[in-house]
Amino acid sequence: MSAPLIACHECDLLQREVALPRGGVARCARCGAELYRSHPHGMERTLALTAGAIVLFVLANSFPIIGLQLEGQTIQTTLYNTVRTLWDEDMKSVAVLVFVTTIAMPALQLSALAYLLFPLRLGRVPAHFSAVFRVLQTVRPWGMVEVFMLGVLVSLVKLAHLAGIVPGVALWSFAALMLVMAGIGAVFDARGLWARASRLQGAAP
Amino acid sequence: MSAKQATAASVGLLNCHICGQLSRLKRGLHEACCPRCGSALHARKPNSIPRTWALLIAAMILYVPANLLPMMHTSSLFGSQSDTIMSGVVYFWTTGSWYLALIIFFASIMVPLLKMLALMVLLVSVQRSSRWQREQRARLYRLVEFVGRWSMLDIYVVAVIVALVQLKALATIQPGPGAIAFGAVVVLTMFAALTFDPRLIWEPQRESHG
Ligand SMILES: [Zn+2]
Ligand SMILES: [Zn+2]
Repeated sequence: MSAPLIACHECDLLQREVALPRGGVARCARCGAELYRSHPHGMERTLALTAGAIVLFVLANSFPIIGLQLEGQTIQTTLYNTVRTLWDEDMKSVAVLVFVTTIAMPALQLSALAYLLFPLRLGRVPAHFSAVFRVLQTVRPWGMVEVFMLGVLVSLVKLAHLAGIVPGVALWSFAALMLVMAGIGAVFDARGLWARASRLQGAAP
Repeated sequence: MSAKQATAASVGLLNCHICGQLSRLKRGLHEACCPRCGSALHARKPNSIPRTWALLIAAMILYVPANLLPMMHTSSLFGSQSDTIMSGVVYFWTTGSWYLALIIFFASIMVPLLKMLALMVLLVSVQRSSRWQREQRARLYRLVEFVGRWSMLDIYVVAVIVALVQLKALATIQPGPGAIAFGAVVVLTMFAALTFDPRLIWEPQRESHG
């Protein structure tokens, strides 16, 4: 029996699945797009990283990112404050853009991941599995934690001549969140997720 | 790999863009739902070329005010000043932070410009059913998808600085209309990259099915 067929999502070429070594990546024979990866413990790792990312995300949103020290006073801003200020300055569209890309989309992505992975790990397929999976795939390009982090660093340099800079808890949380989210991107295995879900559904219909 | 280059569409199969499940297209139907995840299935993204053109042209028009209008207004005891993206680059360059000048120049000016050019090249070549450098063009498309998000950099810089510098004694900084235009360019080009169907690079003639 030959291996199952898959189609490249970028050029539609049909090809047979091949077994991969640990950590290997299968690429399309025609256009070179990544088809799938092998992750021996992909789901467990994604789950662990997701749990860590949720903690970091909460920290990053509850504490000030940076503060300015001026004449004994400290002025601080949280992420939410920056969105709020833009909104109050009548830059509503920019405020929405910042809110969506740095708060809403990462929050949605992390909750969708947790919602799908925790029950699966416990041997149960959560309700609305496919709808939540669709949300997860749609949301992914719009979370921009790493770009925001670079933006904060650039503003730091820009403001450094004005006043003393006090890095806040959220700055470190954001830096860590950026790395953990990159980790999730690297180990998340959509095929494995579906494989486990259909195995579970087959076992207990 | 097999010698013949069969695609899913050529043998009547549809590939789900969300979950990667292959399913057979029922006779006489143009659209269907993925049996596994329920997403709408299309052999190609619907109306990919006109939609991408529309988004791209809108982005190109807005790229002009995004670069000419100020991103920030600063008013302090020493007078007031308006900063465009380019003047921000010049500021960093002249104050010795040339690496930041380069980062902002690339992220805010070159990336959107190159991204729009790349999408134009992809659209024109696909419309002419060109077989030229297909692998390179597929790579170009992946690059466009990957780098587009970094253009948001300047928006975040404005957001953070405006939120922090509200101290009336020293200076007030307000966001300028350039930020709105610039944000629109980033969003429009990201949507343009998402609506473009890279499968057209390999089989341009199938576009008309929608
Ligand atoms: Zn391919
Ligand atoms: Zn599907």
